[in-house]
Amino acid sequence: MTLKVENLSTHFFTRDGVAKAVDGVSFEVGRGEILGLVGESGSGKSITGFSIIGLVDPPGRVTGGKILFQGQDLVGRPAGEMRALRGKKIAMIFQDPMMTLNPVLSIETQMVETVRAHDRVSKADARARAIEALGLVGIPSPEERLAAYPHQFSGGMRQRVAIAIALLHRPDLIIADEPTTALDVTIQSQILAVIQRLSGEFGMSLLWISHDLGVVAGLAHRIAVMYAGRIVETGTVDEVLDRPVHPYTIGLMRSVPANLDRGEPLTPIPGMAPPPLRRPGGCPFRLRCFAATEICETEPAESQAAGHRWRCFHPQTARAA
Amino acid sequence: MTVFIIRRLSQSLLVLLVTSILVFVGVYAIGNPVDILIPADASIAERDAAIRALGLDKPLLAQYWSFLTNALQGDLGRSFVFNQPSISLIFQRLPATLELAFVALFIALAFGIPLGLIAGLKPRSVADETIMTGSILGFSLPNFWQGMMLIMIFSVWLGWLPSSGRGETGEILGMTTSLATLDGLAHLILPATNLALFQLSLVIRLTRTGVRETMPLDFIKFARAKGLSERRVVFVHVMKNILIPIVTVVGMEFGSIIAFAVVTETIFGWPGIGKLLIDSITLLDRPVVVAYLLVVVTMFIVINLLVDIVYSMLDPRIRLSDTQ
Repeated sequence: MTLKVENLSTHFFTRDGVAKAVDGVSFEVGRGEILGLVGESGSGKSITGFSIIGLVDPPGRVTGGKILFQGQDLVGRPAGEMRALRGKKIAMIFQDPMMTLNPVLSIETQMVETVRAHDRVSKADARARAIEALGLVGIPSPEERLAAYPHQFSGGMRQRVAIAIALLHRPDLIIADEPTTALDVTIQSQILAVIQRLSGEFGMSLLWISHDLGVVAGLAHRIAVMYAGRIVETGTVDEVLDRPVHPYTIGLMRSVPANLDRGEPLTPIPGMAPPPLRRPGGCPFRLRCFAATEICETEPAESQAAGHRWRCFHPQTARAA
Repeated sequence: MTVFIIRRLSQSLLVLLVTSILVFVGVYAIGNPVDILIPADASIAERDAAIRALGLDKPLLAQYWSFLTNALQGDLGRSFVFNQPSISLIFQRLPATLELAFVALFIALAFGIPLGLIAGLKPRSVADETIMTGSILGFSLPNFWQGMMLIMIFSVWLGWLPSSGRGETGEILGMTTSLATLDGLAHLILPATNLALFQLSLVIRLTRTGVRETMPLDFIKFARAKGLSERRVVFVHVMKNILIPIVTVVGMEFGSIIAFAVVTETIFGWPGIGKLLIDSITLLDRPVVVAYLLVVVTMFIVINLLVDIVYSMLDPRIRLSDTQ
């Protein structure tokens, strides 16, 4: 088991109150496994990723739970140890490739510094590793491109560079925070193919954070659906997408046109995800849920059938979307 | 790049020409130097002879024309008062002013950037509040008053530093400078600090704003996610981004430091071009005033050009384009 998150809570202590962005989340990612963490914006999926890598900005902080990475708890680790782990054992790729690379530093600087942050190697050796990594992600003539600056690359190419940086130390876990959302579909599929190939090749575990069920369906082994800071349903891709149990998962799938028969009207989930400071008690989805009853005002416990787990009083059994 | 520089230089010549016209006409309008230069008891014949000798009998246009033709040959006229070429008067005094200005700039950057970093990295801390309050004072209190307070505190009460003059000078690399002797340094500290205070406040604010704007950006988070040390994140990733606005503003302000050294030089009796200008205006010494302004404008032009070049080196997204 590469990563085991138990009951993780990350809260933001703002002037208006405590925002429970992540509120008791548990999941596991096995070695070489790809877990898709799916949810709307504001569901806490990105904060979950930042909690694992130890980069939650104040006023937020991890308030409870465990993050077991290769058996060792990362919560409360000293800053120096976390820094040594970041980029080396756990890497992260961000959503907007236009913003992830420093505009005033060359690709070479940004790659060489990453190598030398963890390994005592000469500049020439670090450079050679950078060139190799750029080649791996499919950047043509990597040696020449090394001297270039981020603005000389397209969005897709920049995301490849970011992935190459993440791969420099062959990490055991990559946290990918919607890395294809900002890209065109054709570029998106190229990037997905690169990641799929490399994660298989190197046996890296991947936590793939996305709001796009279609992408996750094609890439991930297992799915965790997140809503209002909690995981409401989790299981293998087949379990969750073919036999969804939670009304929210069903709603999400009905919001994707590709899942419907031609001509069938879309049935979007009404309303918006509640902001973290104004979440209803009980099941946080009950105000938007088609199946909600009085009992939903109390907290639903987790139920499970084999590996398939969910938190709902009204599981929609045998009801494929 | 070369084409860019050539084009900029030819534009600069036009700027210089227009400036010379404005200045010439402006100084002509201030008053007639004859009234001050020629003793009241001089005979009319002596008076006429003096006016002819200075070339003041000709119409304004003719005066300007002869000034322009001489200027193109590098002669900016002779001082009425000192009977020396005005340009050599200015170049005698310029090193003292440049020395003051460079030391002031050094103080502004050497203290401003670290203080701005401290304030920006720990916003709303006691350190931040203290630094920002100080910078407001630096901005808003009049420069001459700050100068007098410096003299009051460090010369009069504490008696640590001399209050006036340039002190003993020595030579470094063939240049006469106060930096070469301890006495010279002691004389330099107060006026340079006085001149630096405004720029210091400016640099603090620019740095703080830059840090606050850059820190939350994705590429800083990504730099941290790569496992870089906090020192590398701040001093390379943040710093290189905020240097761009700092270089721009400080570069432009350097011209003002030289131009407005007038006040500081007057308070501290610093023998620079600022003091020369004030004296020349009082005596209506036209050629010196005109030459001074042309030299200052030229310096502004050169500094702006240098800023543009440094700017393009700092920011790879900006290429000095050779095409219009």
